[in-house]
Amino acid sequence: MAECHPVGFQWVVEAKARGAKIIHVDPRFTRTSALADIHVPLRAGTDIAFLGGIINYVLANEKYFRDYVVAYTNAGTILTEDYRDTEDLDGVFSGLDVDERSYDFHTWQYEGMEVQAAAGHRDLEYQDKAGGKSAQGKNGKRSGAVRQSARGESHGSGGVAITGNPRVDPTLQHPRCVFQVLKRHYARYSPEMVSDICGVPVDTFLQICELLVENSGRDRTSAFVYSVGWTQHTVGVQYIRTAAILQQLLGNMGRPGGGIMALRGHASIQGSTDIPTLFNLLPGYIPMPHAHSNQDLDSFIQGESPKKSYWAEMRAYTVSLLKSWWGPAATPDNDFCFDYLPRLTGSHSTYETVMAQLAGDCKGYFLLGENPAVGSANAKMQRLGMANLEWLVVRDFSLIESATWWKDGPEIESGELKPEDIGTEVFFLPAAAHTEKDGSFTNTQRMLQWHHQAVEPAGDARSDLWFTFHLGRKIREKLAGSTDDMDRPVLDLTWDYPTKGSVAEPEAEAVLAEINGWDSEGAPLTSYEQLNEDGSTACGCWIYCGVYTNGINQAARRKPAMLQNWVANEWGWAWPANRRILYNRASADPDGKPWSERKALVWWDEDKAKWTGHDIPDFSAAKSPHYRPPTGATGAEALSGVDPFVMQADGKSWLFVPAGLTDGPLPTHYEPQESPVPNLLYRQQRNPVREITAMVHPNDRFQPSGDEPGAEVFPYVCSTYRIAEHHTAGGMTRFQPYLAELAPEFFCEVSPELAAERGLEHAGWATIITARAAIEARVMVTERITPMTVQGKRIHHVGLPYHWGHSGLATGDPANELTHLSLDPNVHIQEVKVLACDIQPGRRPRGRARDALVETYQRRAGITERTGTEV
Amino acid sequence: MSERTDVSTASSSSDVTTNGLRGVRPDRDALTGVATGKRGRRRDGKRNGQRDGAPTVPAAEFTSYYGMPVINKPVWSSLDIAGYLFLGGLAGAASLLGAGAQATGRPALDRVSKAGAFGAGALSLVGLVHDLGKPSRFLHMLRVFKVTSPMSVGSWLLAGYVPLAGIAAASSVFGKAPRIGMAATAGSALIGPAVASYTAALISDTAVPAWHDGYPEMPFVFVGSGAAAAGGLGLLAAPLTQSGPARAMAVFGASTELVSFERMERRIGMTAEPYSQGRGGAYVRAGKVLSVLGVAAALLGRRNRVVSALSGAALLASSAATRWGIFHAGMQSANDPKYTIIPQRDRSKGER
Amino acid sequence: MAPVDIQIGRRPNLEGALLGDTDPATQGGYSEHPPRMGFFTDTSVCIGCKACEVACKEWNAIPEDGLVFTGMSMDNSQGLGASTWRHVAFIEQRKPIAAQDPGIRHDTDVLALAGQGSGTPPDQAAMTPTTPGADGEFRWLMASDVCKHCTHAACLDVCPTGSLFRTEFGTVVVQEDICNGCGYCIPACPYGVIDQRKGDGRAWKCTLCYDRLSVGQEPACAKSCPTNSIQFGPLDELRERADARLARLHEAGVADARLYGRDPDDGVGGDGAFFLLLDEPEVYGLPPDPVVTTRDLPSMWKHVAAAAVTLVGGALAAFAAGRRI
Repeated sequence: MAECHPVGFQWVVEAKARGAKIIHVDPRFTRTSALADIHVPLRAGTDIAFLGGIINYVLANEKYFRDYVVAYTNAGTILTEDYRDTEDLDGVFSGLDVDERSYDFHTWQYEGMEVQAAAGHRDLEYQDKAGGKSAQGKNGKRSGAVRQSARGESHGSGGVAITGNPRVDPTLQHPRCVFQVLKRHYARYSPEMVSDICGVPVDTFLQICELLVENSGRDRTSAFVYSVGWTQHTVGVQYIRTAAILQQLLGNMGRPGGGIMALRGHASIQGSTDIPTLFNLLPGYIPMPHAHSNQDLDSFIQGESPKKSYWAEMRAYTVSLLKSWWGPAATPDNDFCFDYLPRLTGSHSTYETVMAQLAGDCKGYFLLGENPAVGSANAKMQRLGMANLEWLVVRDFSLIESATWWKDGPEIESGELKPEDIGTEVFFLPAAAHTEKDGSFTNTQRMLQWHHQAVEPAGDARSDLWFTFHLGRKIREKLAGSTDDMDRPVLDLTWDYPTKGSVAEPEAEAVLAEINGWDSEGAPLTSYEQLNEDGSTACGCWIYCGVYTNGINQAARRKPAMLQNWVANEWGWAWPANRRILYNRASADPDGKPWSERKALVWWDEDKAKWTGHDIPDFSAAKSPHYRPPTGATGAEALSGVDPFVMQADGKSWLFVPAGLTDGPLPTHYEPQESPVPNLLYRQQRNPVREITAMVHPNDRFQPSGDEPGAEVFPYVCSTYRIAEHHTAGGMTRFQPYLAELAPEFFCEVSPELAAERGLEHAGWATIITARAAIEARVMVTERITPMTVQGKRIHHVGLPYHWGHSGLATGDPANELTHLSLDPNVHIQEVKVLACDIQPGRRPRGRARDALVETYQRRAGITERTGTEV
Repeated sequence: MSERTDVSTASSSSDVTTNGLRGVRPDRDALTGVATGKRGRRRDGKRNGQRDGAPTVPAAEFTSYYGMPVINKPVWSSLDIAGYLFLGGLAGAASLLGAGAQATGRPALDRVSKAGAFGAGALSLVGLVHDLGKPSRFLHMLRVFKVTSPMSVGSWLLAGYVPLAGIAAASSVFGKAPRIGMAATAGSALIGPAVASYTAALISDTAVPAWHDGYPEMPFVFVGSGAAAAGGLGLLAAPLTQSGPARAMAVFGASTELVSFERMERRIGMTAEPYSQGRGGAYVRAGKVLSVLGVAAALLGRRNRVVSALSGAALLASSAATRWGIFHAGMQSANDPKYTIIPQRDRSKGER
Repeated sequence: MAPVDIQIGRRPNLEGALLGDTDPATQGGYSEHPPRMGFFTDTSVCIGCKACEVACKEWNAIPEDGLVFTGMSMDNSQGLGASTWRHVAFIEQRKPIAAQDPGIRHDTDVLALAGQGSGTPPDQAAMTPTTPGADGEFRWLMASDVCKHCTHAACLDVCPTGSLFRTEFGTVVVQEDICNGCGYCIPACPYGVIDQRKGDGRAWKCTLCYDRLSVGQEPACAKSCPTNSIQFGPLDELRERADARLARLHEAGVADARLYGRDPDDGVGGDGAFFLLLDEPEVYGLPPDPVVTTRDLPSMWKHVAAAAVTLVGGALAAFAAGRRI
C-alpha cells in the first residue's frame, strides 16, 4: 500500500499512531513492510490457502463472533441435498461440465427456495426464469455464452427469492447448514498444510491467527486492505471471497474499523465501475441486457430483478436511466427505448477483444489513458491485435508505446513486423490531466471528491469529457436527418450539455446533475427512493442519486475534520445516500444496541423510534429492530429489522454463495495456471473453469506445472508488481524527468541465494524467460526477497516491477511480455501476479535470436498448444 | 500472552463511543513495530529493544552510505587553483626579495623579482577568474568584505597587490618614476607576505579533512614553499654576483616548508594519508625530492651559474609540485568518507 | 534587492560563528524578525515515497539530475546536490527495528553469498551488510535528507560575494543573481549539501522554500509528505516535539532512536533542519560530529599572520646572510 498508495498510507500510519497493529502479507518486503509490525512473506498465488487456514483456525477454536454470525450471515441456512463439496469430489464442486468448462449452479441452492445472485451471474438462471431454457434446449451453448458475459462485476445488484423462504437452523448444527459445510470445507486447511503450501512457518501463521482473532469480536474490529494484486489471479474473485468469509465470521463487516478495503489501481477506478467502462454493466450495476430472443423491458426486469431488498426497485432504476439518456423519446409505449440498449452476445472483455482483433472481427480501438502495449498481459498479443486494426485512437499525455509500437516496437526491432506492412491508421490525441479539468474522483470508500480545474490544458490537449461530447456532437451532425432506425439511439440521445471557455469545454457539473437525476419538473432528486418506474423521473446512475441534492454539488464539500464529527459526512459525498460505512446496521446487535460501547456507529433510539448514530444509517431510518415483514411483502418492506445487508435477497451476508459465482460457492485453493508445485489439497491442480481456451494462440503458450515433465525448465516463481516511483504502465511517469530519474531502468529483484544459484551480479543484467518471451532487466540483489521452503522444495521468487517500455526517459523491457492470458472466469482479469519463469545472467539476445531462445525453452519443456489447458 | 500485552501501545488506544472518539493520539505519533507481541524476539532468544536505564546505542565500526563521500569535494580545477596557490606564494615572496634587492643595490635581482612578482600575481588573478562558474561576475567578489571568507580577504588583497606589484615592476624594468616605484615596491612588499600566506587559510577554511586539519602548519608550508620558489626564481634569472639573498631565501624557504610539512603530517595522523598516497602523494614526494636537490645544488653550486640556475628551476618545480600535491591530497580526502567519519567518530567518542 | 542590502549592511558574523547558540536572524542583522523556522524530519515514519524530492523539484523548477540505476536499494538520486535538494536514503540492514518481525528468513549466510555467489561485494549489494545481524533481523531504513540551515553556516561564512545570506526566518539562502560560482561554499559545507550545477556554474541548494515562507506557506516537501515524516514549524516547537517523540520511542523499546542536529551546542550551533535517526548518522551518509570550519578561522588567521612575519624575517635574514654567500 505504501508502494502503490503512499498518500492513502498516511491513514495506516495514523491508525498505527492510535495503536493499530499492521500485519503485512506479501511475497516481497516492501515500503509497507518497513513500517508494519509484522511482515509475512508467502508464496505468490497461495492466499486462499493462507486465509482458508485462518478460517479453519477460527472455526476449529470457536473464535468466531457467534451472535453476529447467527444473526447476520447465512451460516444457519440449509442447502439442498444435491450439493457436493470439493471435499466429496476431490477439488471440484457439483455441477461441473467438463466439456463446457463451466458449472451448473443449481445444486448450490438453499433448500426450499431458489436464490438469485447478490453478486454477479444472475443471468445464469435467466433461462429458468424467462423460460429460455425450454426454448433453447440443454445444448449448453447459451449457458456458456451467458457465463462468459461476466456478470461477476455486477456486485451490489440484488438477489431474489423466487419462492418460499430458506430453512434456517439457528443452532448451526444441521449437517447441511452453511456453517457445517464451511467447517468441513476448510477442515483440511491445517497450519501444517498452510505452511507446506504458502511457505509460511507454522509459528508465524499461528501468530497471525492469534493477532487477528484477539483484535476481532464484540469490542474490537480488524480491517482487510487488498490491492489489485489480489484480483490478478485465475481465482481472483475467490481471494476476496475468502477474506469476506473471514470478516463475516469475525463480525468485522458494517462496523467501524472493519470491512475489506479494495485499493484500486488508479484514481476513480471505483467510479469507472459505478458508472462503468465495463462491457457488461449499465450505470449503478444494472446488468447489460443479454441478446436473448424477444427480450423486452418486462422480461429483462423479470429475469434480472429480485422481489425482495432494494433491488426490487430495479425497474424504477432502469426506467430512470433510460429517461436520462433518451429523455422525451423514452415513453411507456416504446419500453422507454429499452431496445436502444446494445445486447451482449458473450464476453467482450479486453482479452476477448484482443482475440477479436486478431480474428479481424474488431476493426477499431479507442485507448483513453491506457497503455496495453506495456500494461496488459502478454503485451505482444496486444500489439499484434492493434496491428490488425483498421484504426486506433490513442488519447494520452505522451507518445506512449501503444501509440508508437508500429514504428519502434519490439516486433519492429526483431523484424517480425514492418511499418509499411501495418494497415492500422493510428491517431494520437493529447489528453488533459486532472488538474486541467473539472470532475470527480470516486475512491475505494465510494466517496466522490470533486476537483476543480487549476489551469487550462496546454496546446491541443483536451479533457475526455470534451472529446466524448464533441465526438458525439459531430456524429449526430453527420447522422442528422437519417431515417435509418439504426441511427435512432444516437439521434434521440439527450446530448445538450452547456459548454464554457474558448475550447467549448462541457460543464462537468451539468453531467453530474444529470447523473443525480431530476423529477418531471426538472428539480434535482435527493434520494434513489424517489425514483419511479412510470418515467416521471430521470437518473443517470441510481446509486449516485443525491450527489446533486438541492442543485448543490455535494461532492465538492470540503468541510474540515475539526468542524464535524469523525465520520466527516460533510466531506465529499459517498454513495449510497452519503453513507460512509456500508451495511452499518450490523454495527448494532439484533436489538439495535451497539455491540460494544467502544465500537458504536449507529444504533436504534427507542425514544425517537429511529436509527441514529455517527454515520447515516444504511437502513430504513424508522424500521424497528423488531419489525418482521408480513407474508407477501416485497422490496425493502420484505426485509426484517435484523436484515442489515439490504441489497441481499435474504438480507444476510453470504458465507456461502448459492448463486452469482461461476467458479464455486466457496473459495478453494487451486495452484496458479503456472506453478512449480502440485496442489497439495486436492487432485484438482488449477481452477477448472478458469478462462483459457478462448486464448490459445501460438504467441500465448502455457507452461507445464507441478510434477508434470518440463515444469523444471521454469523453476522460479515470478510476480509482477508496482513500485512507488512509477504509475502502472508508465504513461504518466516515465515521460516525466522528475519521476523517471527516481527509477530510470527496469530491474528485477532477487534474493542473494538465487543470485548465487544463477550467478547474477548486483546491478548487472539478467534475462528472464517464460514460454511467451525473454526479457532483460538490471539485477537488484536484496534480502527483501526471501526464499521459502514449500513441500520440502526451495522456492525462489523473481520480482518484476512492470512499469517500463521502450519509450520515455526511463526505459526497459515490459514485464508483461512474459505474462499469459489465463483469466478469472467471473471478471476476466488476467493472472499476472504469479507465473513460472527461468532467469539467467547477462542481457537477452537481439532480433530473431530472442525468439529462438524462447523456442528452445518451449522445446525443452515439451510445450504444445495443449500444455496447461487441462481442466 | 503477557508478552503480548506488556507494551502500553500493544493494542488500539482509541475508542468509537456513542459520544464520539476517545483516546486519540496525534497522527504523526506512529510507533515502529511494537505490537506483534514478539518484542525483540530473536532466534538466539535474546531480547533487544528497551534495555535497563538509558537506551544504549551500539558502537559501530566504520560504516558509510554505500561508500559515498560525506562532503562535496571542491569543484576547482587543479590548473587554476593549485596554480593559484603556487603563483600567489611565488609573487608574495618575490616582492620581498625585490624590495630587498632594491634596498641592497642588486638591480638584476630587483628587476627579476619584481617582474616575477607581477607576472605571478597577474597570472594567479587570471587563474582565479578563470575558475569562476560565472567569470563575468568576478567583480561581485568586491561587493562585500568578509573576514570570515578568506576568499573575500584574498580578493581584496590581490586587488591591492597586483597594481602595486605592476607599478614596482614597470618602474624598475624601465627605470622610470623612481619615487612612485619606491612607494609601490614598499606597498607590494608590505602586502606580499599576506598574499603568500593567506591561501593557506583559503584551503584550510573548508570541511576538506586533509586541508582543514592541517591549518596550524599549512601557512608555514605555504610561505616556505613561496620563499623557495621566489629564491629559485632569483637563482634562475639573476647573476651569481647578486643571487646571494635569493640563495639564502631558497634555503630558508625549502627548509621551512619541509619541516612544517613533516610536523603537519605527524600531528594529523590518518587524515594525512592522502599526502603520501595516490596522485597527491606522488606530487608531494616529487616536491620533497626536488626541494632537497634544489637546496643541495644551491649550496654546492654557488660558484657555478649553470648549477645555480638548475637549482633555481628545481626549487620552482618543487614549490609547484607541493601545491599540486596538497591540492590533490585534499580531493582524495574529500572523496573517501572515512577521512570525514572516523576522526569525527573518534572525537565524539572522546567527548562521550 | 533587500537581501543584498542586508548583506552589505550587516557586520561580519565572525563572532557569531564563534559564540555559542546565537539567534541566527538577529545575528544576521535583523532587529525584528519572525521565529526561526525549520524542519524536523522523523525518519521512523518515512515510507520512502520520494514525494518530497519531486515536490521540491516541481516547486523550485530544478532540472533533472541524471538517469542512473545505482543498485543502492531504491535510491537512484544518490545524495544532495545542486539539482537534488531533498534526497531520500534507503538502507537495508540486518538489524531489528524494535519488535518488528520482518519475516525475513534467509537461513544461509546471505552476506557471504552476496559477497561471493553473486559476484557482488556486500558493500555494493542493495543491502548494507556492514551491520551483520541474526537471521530474521531485518529493517529497511528510509530518511529524507535536506540542507541543515545551520546556526553557524560555513557556506554563508565563506561566501565572498554575499550571495549566500541569512533570511529573517533564520534560514540560509543563495541569491542566484549574485553568486559568481567561486565554489568556495561547496567544500566548506560539512554535510556535502550545496553544490555547483554543471553548465550553469553557480551554487544551488535548498532555500527552505523562502518564497513560500514569505507568504505564509509551508515548504513544498513538508506539504507533500504523506506520513508527517517531514514536519515544518518554529524550531523551538519542533525541538520540544522531537524530544517527546524520542522519549516515546525509547519507552517503546526503539533503543537506536536518536536526534541528530537538535543540540544547539554541537559543532554548528544546532541545525535548523534536524532529524530523528534509527542508526549512526554515517549510515545515512551524514557526518557523525560536524563542526563549522570557520570555528577555527581566528586561529587560522593567527597562524597565517605568524607565517607572514616568519616570511619577512626569513627575507631579512636572507639579505643579512646574502652578503656573505
